[in-house]
Amino acid sequence: MRRDFVAQVLLEMERDPSIVFLTGDLGFNALESIKERFPDRFLNVGIAEQHLIGMAAGLALEGKKPIAYSIASFATMRPYEQIRNDVSYQNLDVKIVGTGGGYNYASHGATHHTVEDIAIMNVLPHMKVLAPGYSWEAREATKAMLRHTGPVYMRLGKSPGVAYETKRRFSFALGKGFVVREGADVVLVCTGNVLDVALAAAELIEKKSGRSVAVLSMPSLKPFDEKLLLSYAKKAKGIFTIEEHSTTGGLGAIAASALFTHGIDGRKFHAFGLPPESFSKEVGDRDHLLKKVGLEAGALARSILRLI
Amino acid sequence: MGKEIRRLVIEMSARSRSGETGSSLSISDLLAVLYFKTMRIDPKKPEWSGRDRFVLSKGHGAAALYAALALRGFFPQKLLLGHRVNGGAFHGHPSKGAAPGIEASTGALGHGLSVGIGMAYALKDTKSKVYVLIGDGECNEGSIWEAALSAGALRLPNLVAIIDDNKFQGFGPSSETNPFDLAKQWKSFGWETLRVDGHDCRALEQALGKAARARKPFVVIADTVSGKGIPAIENTLGAHYHVPEMPVASRKKK
Repeated sequence: MRRDFVAQVLLEMERDPSIVFLTGDLGFNALESIKERFPDRFLNVGIAEQHLIGMAAGLALEGKKPIAYSIASFATMRPYEQIRNDVSYQNLDVKIVGTGGGYNYASHGATHHTVEDIAIMNVLPHMKVLAPGYSWEAREATKAMLRHTGPVYMRLGKSPGVAYETKRRFSFALGKGFVVREGADVVLVCTGNVLDVALAAAELIEKKSGRSVAVLSMPSLKPFDEKLLLSYAKKAKGIFTIEEHSTTGGLGAIAASALFTHGIDGRKFHAFGLPPESFSKEVGDRDHLLKKVGLEAGALARSILRLI
Repeated sequence: MGKEIRRLVIEMSARSRSGETGSSLSISDLLAVLYFKTMRIDPKKPEWSGRDRFVLSKGHGAAALYAALALRGFFPQKLLLGHRVNGGAFHGHPSKGAAPGIEASTGALGHGLSVGIGMAYALKDTKSKVYVLIGDGECNEGSIWEAALSAGALRLPNLVAIIDDNKFQGFGPSSETNPFDLAKQWKSFGWETLRVDGHDCRALEQALGKAARARKPFVVIADTVSGKGIPAIENTLGAHYHVPEMPVASRKKK
């Protein structure tokens, strides 16, 4: 997904001379092409995230379009006050990109896990929040982010081997969700790089219960495609959200609020994600950690089959 | 002109019964020199791209900024009546867009220098200078030193920081939290430094002129008096929180 992001950034920087790329000392084996191609518009500000965001705000005040890049946990939490006061409050054209969202820095430990970013970014006025699920979404989200004027946070993760855009003609836009798998009885709603998990779970549920299962991918969390969710939820018996983020303040909360607000009740609903009660102290890779919290196809299918 | 700014600050604070007066009074002469001598600005064209920029990183000195902008003609003085009152124009900390001439919203300490560096970096091939005013207490913030290091490493020639060294912070003398040599600290981050009497307008003008001509980041450390102009509170911790009475002359007018 990072490769797709970089490829699109190169295209956008070619097109728009106001884009400036700032990194908080991240990017080894990833950002070299940007640095080489645009040496005057690329800057490593050092391991200084507060300054990274503050400086980006200053650049935006002067009409530039800065991208501020770091690991998702450091890009969002260390400089949160700068994001709130300097970027969001002044509604500035700053793009914050956090790489390795969720459990992607798995064995680095909890300091490097980012399971709160969507919640804390979503609460900020003017801020748009994106969490692309795989390659195509990452390229398109990068493009949409850079063609939008105003603050955007984008969480990057790992690209699972999914490529739904090849099946149909999709066009990406901020605030748009996508039907990755058609179905009517059960709706699985996911965001970010657990799309493969959701699709595999859908297969299992359909096979075991005979019920048809729809999968919606929501790379745009704010604005959120309520219309798409509601149109599928109205027909369904159960609606389940799946995300690599705390179930507090993430996709589950956004979806539940939309459903309740629009009077969709009498359906089974559950938000699957990372438990907000504790930090993950488990040692292992991302798949291992996801399995521990039940974010894998088999466990999800079993839980959902029990609920419907 | 510093005196005029102070008079307006005292009137504003008295009217809205608000404190943080001391740190507005200590920067009044600094702002007078910046807005009436040093900076290339045009109040009729507040968005003129060739202007110099000013960021009040110590946002709690906002009353002095509003007064300086009004006196310089950015907006009518009657707008100052809306300082910290219900439905008024101005918060206790500057908000961009509240009136012409306010370049950046500030208030939480330690933000403005990074913002100023972003501006200076964007303007590095132009004639515009960026002035950032920070407090001596504000230099406690880690983010100030992230920014200082970055500006030093980038050797930004169009960036001038001014420290309002009024020797006091929220709950005590600044020497308690930073007992070290402030100038040496900045110098070691690659800045040129100059200490000056922050109430001697001619000396300030010279120092800021030198700073503007420098080829690397320059910090003017201004020795100032918290509560300047109100002898009863000058150089006291209480100056920061003092709510002044309306001056007799102003009371008659109203």
